Amino acid sequence: MRNKLSWFAVPYVGWMALMVVIPILIMVVYAFTTAEFQGTLENYAEMGVYASVFLRSFRLALIATLVCLLIGYPVSYWMAHEGPGFQRVAMALIMLPMWMNFLLRTYSWMSILENNGLLNQLFQNIGVIDLYNSAGTLFTDLRNSVAIRFAEDPAEFIPIKYFPIDHFELIGTPGAVVLGMVYNYLPFMILPIYSVIVKLDSSLLEAARDLGADSAGVFRKVILPLSLPGVLSGVTMVFVPSVSTFAISRLLGGGAQLMLGDLIEQQFLGGAYDPHLGAAISMVMMVIVVVCMVVMNRFGEGEEQAVML
Amino acid sequence: MSKELIRLTDCVMAFDDEVVLDKINLSIRDKEFLTLLGPSGCGKTTTLRIIGGFQTPTSGDVLFDGVRINAVPPHKRTINTVFQKYALFPHLNVYENIAFGLRIPKADASGKKVKLAEEEIDRRVMEMLEVVNLKGFEKRRTTQLSGGQQQRVAIARALVNRPRVLLLDEPLGALDLKLRKDMQNELKRIQRAMEITFVYVTHDQEEALAMSDTVVVMDAGRIQQIGSPEDIYNEPENAFVADFIGESNIIDGIMRADGVVEIFNRRFQCLDSGFNKDEAVDVVIRPEDVDIVPEDQGQLKGTVTSVTFKGMQYDIIVDFYGFKWLIQTTDLSPVGSRIGIKIDPDGIHVMKKSEYSGMFGDYSSYSEEYEEISDASYDPEEEDRDEE
Repeated sequence: MRNKLSWFAVPYVGWMALMVVIPILIMVVYAFTTAEFQGTLENYAEMGVYASVFLRSFRLALIATLVCLLIGYPVSYWMAHEGPGFQRVAMALIMLPMWMNFLLRTYSWMSILENNGLLNQLFQNIGVIDLYNSAGTLFTDLRNSVAIRFAEDPAEFIPIKYFPIDHFELIGTPGAVVLGMVYNYLPFMILPIYSVIVKLDSSLLEAARDLGADSAGVFRKVILPLSLPGVLSGVTMVFVPSVSTFAISRLLGGGAQLMLGDLIEQQFLGGAYDPHLGAAISMVMMVIVVVCMVVMNRFGEGEEQAVML
Repeated sequence: MSKELIRLTDCVMAFDDEVVLDKINLSIRDKEFLTLLGPSGCGKTTTLRIIGGFQTPTSGDVLFDGVRINAVPPHKRTINTVFQKYALFPHLNVYENIAFGLRIPKADASGKKVKLAEEEIDRRVMEMLEVVNLKGFEKRRTTQLSGGQQQRVAIARALVNRPRVLLLDEPLGALDLKLRKDMQNELKRIQRAMEITFVYVTHDQEEALAMSDTVVVMDAGRIQQIGSPEDIYNEPENAFVADFIGESNIIDGIMRADGVVEIFNRRFQCLDSGFNKDEAVDVVIRPEDVDIVPEDQGQLKGTVTSVTFKGMQYDIIVDFYGFKWLIQTTDLSPVGSRIGIKIDPDGIHVMKKSEYSGMFGDYSSYSEEYEEISDASYDPEEEDRDEE
């Protein structure tokens, strides 16, 4: 080796080989074999059954990524333009939840979103649920009184009945899963965007103003294109864990929002034990994610300083 | 003499009680090449930023064509800037960098925002590329250009908008000496060809003398002198200007009468007048205005203490009664030899005493000072800015 210091890389390379390359190879072997380790493509044929799970995973992950971007970009922009003291505090606040265990955080959301959880109790106590019920009753009555007037035979008219609720359905909905993803992965969107914006050379912004751009123009023509590399890495860092998550969908999706991660987990640990199918699903997911990332990178190729993962 | 274009009246700039500019009064004429010259932290860049609209003076007025523009933002001024580190947009190629200003819709006479036609943009960008000698570079990325080329893109990007005034903030600071000389001529040529006002900031006195119609020497937030390069060099107002512009021996003297000044108890003929009788003054004698003569014929007699060969001449340091002078001569006088000197009346310039009296003039620490001068491209202010 030319550089003596490169010997320090040996443990890392060894670790990566042991913990990344070999497991992937094992996965590839499993994905293309039967339980008796005969070569087969059957695992892939079986997968069609789970198309809806694939679709749901990518849809929810995309929504979560989009929400993170819509929240994360303005927050990053705003942070980067405040004083250094504010930036330090804001950064600490963003990192703070990450000091807690991921599962613990997600469990907390469970107890917030449950049918008799914190949020529903709050709604109950401040009268939101009563309000909702009275509004519901009112609209149902209104609808009935209008409908009866147009009914052909008023005697046979059956009015619609309003069933009052005692809680909102929060947990077990796609919305809850997206909320869990956004909550957990938002920092991964904010950090890369913030670090790109905060490093923007202020003389570039002055130059743009000098050349006649107003604030909107400076943002559109200089800040936005130059912060694109941060956006790309933020999107990657949110989308990849979102699409493969299993704990969030299981805990907040209440089993009704099965995602790819859950599906794979079931093949290895759950009742539907079939590690070969699990490996095949993982392979497909990996390929799709890699393709997505390559396409994304193409978009950002114009940016000289693209900082991808 | 062309008419006045920009006027600063009593401009004060203070950041948290720290006064950066102290009542600046400055008039800039149309189509002139004006240089703000001074050491780091003298307020020259702040003055430029006030004209550009990036800073609003704490008090005082900025007038453009007779109209007060204190609160007019930069994008509404017909002034463009060439920034110290060029500030080219890294995500755009050379062509798009130059077209940046042209692509922004401008309000026409009726106040409606109009976009320039693509052909018009193309024509003007190509024209500018020609002016700055960068034809064929339009598709290049700015990061692939050398410092000099980036510099010229920055100039083209500013000039393509046809500003009334171009502000240049130490534009040649990052270039090497040879390129700097070329770019000086280039800038002068462009300024003449485009017929617009240049306001140029530098700490390099040679650059200022070579390029400017008017030089404004600044120090400690105040203007020390305004004048043509010749005036500034030949008739410095005070010891600071005399020391900052070129090499000078600054000696305490007493004005005995109009045209007669006494230094080292000897009387010299000079051309200055209008001082009180026996007024204490600072006397400037440029190193090249001193004639070396045999010791017995000299008006002053001294010992050579150091000789430096500079190519065109020798720089010699001569000890006169404990005061070290710098003399530039083509004749070698070896170290330790005794020499006499003669000074013609037009080689002597008398100045009023000022707060700077006694701070400069002795060349006993010559070698250190020489190093500072030769390292003129080094600007500690730049490093301060990086730290921000």
